[in-house]
Amino acid sequence: MSNMVEIRWHGRGGQGAKTASLLLADAAFNTGKYVQGFPEYGPERMGAPITAFNRISDTRCLLHCNIYEPDYVVVVDPTLLTAVDVTSGLKRNGAILINSSKSPEELRHLLAGYEGAVYTIDAGKISEEELGKNFPNTPMLGAVVKVSGIIPEDRFITDMEQSMHHKFANKTSVIEGNMNALRRSMQEVKGL
Amino acid sequence: MAIRERLSGNEAVAVAFKQMDLDVMAAYPITPSTEVPQYFSQFVADGVVQTEFVAVESEHSAMSACISAAAAGARAATATSACGLALMWELLYVASGSRVPVTLALINRALSAPININNDHSDSMGARDSGWIQIYSENNQEAYDNQIMSVRIAEHKDIMLPVMVCQDGFITSHAIENIELLEDDAVAKFVGTYTPQSSLLGGKPISVGPLDTPQFYFEHAYQRAHAMIESKKVILDVFKEFADLTGRAYGLFEEYKMEDAECAIVVLNSTAGTAKYVCDELRAQGKKVGVLKLRVFRPFPIDEIKKALSHLKAVAVMDKSDCFSAVGGPVFADVRNACYDLETRPQIINFIYGLGGRDVRVEDLKHVYSALDEIVRTGHLGKIYRHVGVRGV
Repeated sequence: MSNMVEIRWHGRGGQGAKTASLLLADAAFNTGKYVQGFPEYGPERMGAPITAFNRISDTRCLLHCNIYEPDYVVVVDPTLLTAVDVTSGLKRNGAILINSSKSPEELRHLLAGYEGAVYTIDAGKISEEELGKNFPNTPMLGAVVKVSGIIPEDRFITDMEQSMHHKFANKTSVIEGNMNALRRSMQEVKGL
Repeated sequence: MAIRERLSGNEAVAVAFKQMDLDVMAAYPITPSTEVPQYFSQFVADGVVQTEFVAVESEHSAMSACISAAAAGARAATATSACGLALMWELLYVASGSRVPVTLALINRALSAPININNDHSDSMGARDSGWIQIYSENNQEAYDNQIMSVRIAEHKDIMLPVMVCQDGFITSHAIENIELLEDDAVAKFVGTYTPQSSLLGGKPISVGPLDTPQFYFEHAYQRAHAMIESKKVILDVFKEFADLTGRAYGLFEEYKMEDAECAIVVLNSTAGTAKYVCDELRAQGKKVGVLKLRVFRPFPIDEIKKALSHLKAVAVMDKSDCFSAVGGPVFADVRNACYDLETRPQIINFIYGLGGRDVRVEDLKHVYSALDEIVRTGHLGKIYRHVGVRGV
């Protein structure tokens, strides 16, 4: 299973890191992949640090355990950088993607000496401008697809548009904002 | 035509129940099984199924309602976890003793105390002596397939025993994974309609559950035990018919790279997948290792297990629960028992693992294989009752 990509999400309860991991699983599934998307369940308090996981592969994933040596780490809440060892086990040839208005260089000193690639995306800003609220999920999803390259970008955009038209059939006003947020996040990732 | 989907284990079970078009579902919510009746009650509300959904006030009542419905000739099912199953305890024996073919989706979770919502097998393993057939599932696909097959086994006229289909709480119940679903009509055709030979209703109504005096109780107990013995053949027949339909061939257990193996892990539910992954890694290093994944735990396939393990040098039996016998877990006791009649038998040790949701890592299973390797190298069995993944041991 050398083609398996493992992603670990760090967020806070209520921010939607779990939902983002499930959306990514959906998106990868739509391109024909085998997927796993699952959170680590514990005391589900709003604001408590939570972890969610994705495995994406060309064959069925046999592993049923958490991810300790991820290829990618996604940090939905930048305040976790000083609270959780987010780069624990992160592969040197992998990458970390952080929701922040800062540049990768400004945040690297918080990453416990991690020497691999660092990317940032201002998901909060994009979300506020495109959706009118701070829902970092959608921009983070777009950015992780961009950074990881696990899904062809055009295919991803088409699939997301279709699934949103399906999901928000009675609420088409939110589709445009979400699609804009996705497209912008893929363009505005810093560190590429 | 198979339908390519991605569903959590709980969704998969709810879809299976939907496709069976149950007559009755009675359930009380409990983490992590709550989603099963939650999704199912949506199907009921949407009119997708014709099922009578009974929103009871406890699991004791859920099982009572299922038993009554089944005794009246209905196809009845429920879902639960942990203390929910514990609260059903009295009724589990009533279901098997009354020979009603109730089916249950058990989303395995640790029993209190201390209170814990995460996965281990203390709930189902505690119920292993209750006269229920138990089938375990590695992933969402198996949970779905097993649930569909369960009614055919339970309702077979020679069996008439309740069946619980187990899967690991959160680990598979809440993980989205790929799955191949059957078409609705294929499931409907496979499960057919439940037509009991006798029931509370109909032309020749019978009584269910009257006092059984010493003149009769023993015969009924014997018949229940006999049905459990007979169920193995029916289970294999149903598995075969399902394989013909889907191409997914299941046995009483799965042998993974066991043919030329010298050491093997015996394990059930989700950890079997991780064990196969570790087995592959060790095979790549030239180690002769295998995995025996138990699927049917009740009835216990003693002769088949004996044969499958006979050529091995060392075996580790994994238990995700402890029965507090002070000598090892429940799966270990049965597997070691199976090997007693062998002329040359493998060295067998037991590992208690993963209690209360402790994550079962690749390293943990490597540790187990290396313990077996050491036994083979030194010829020394060492401690039999062991633990892996627990601090301070």
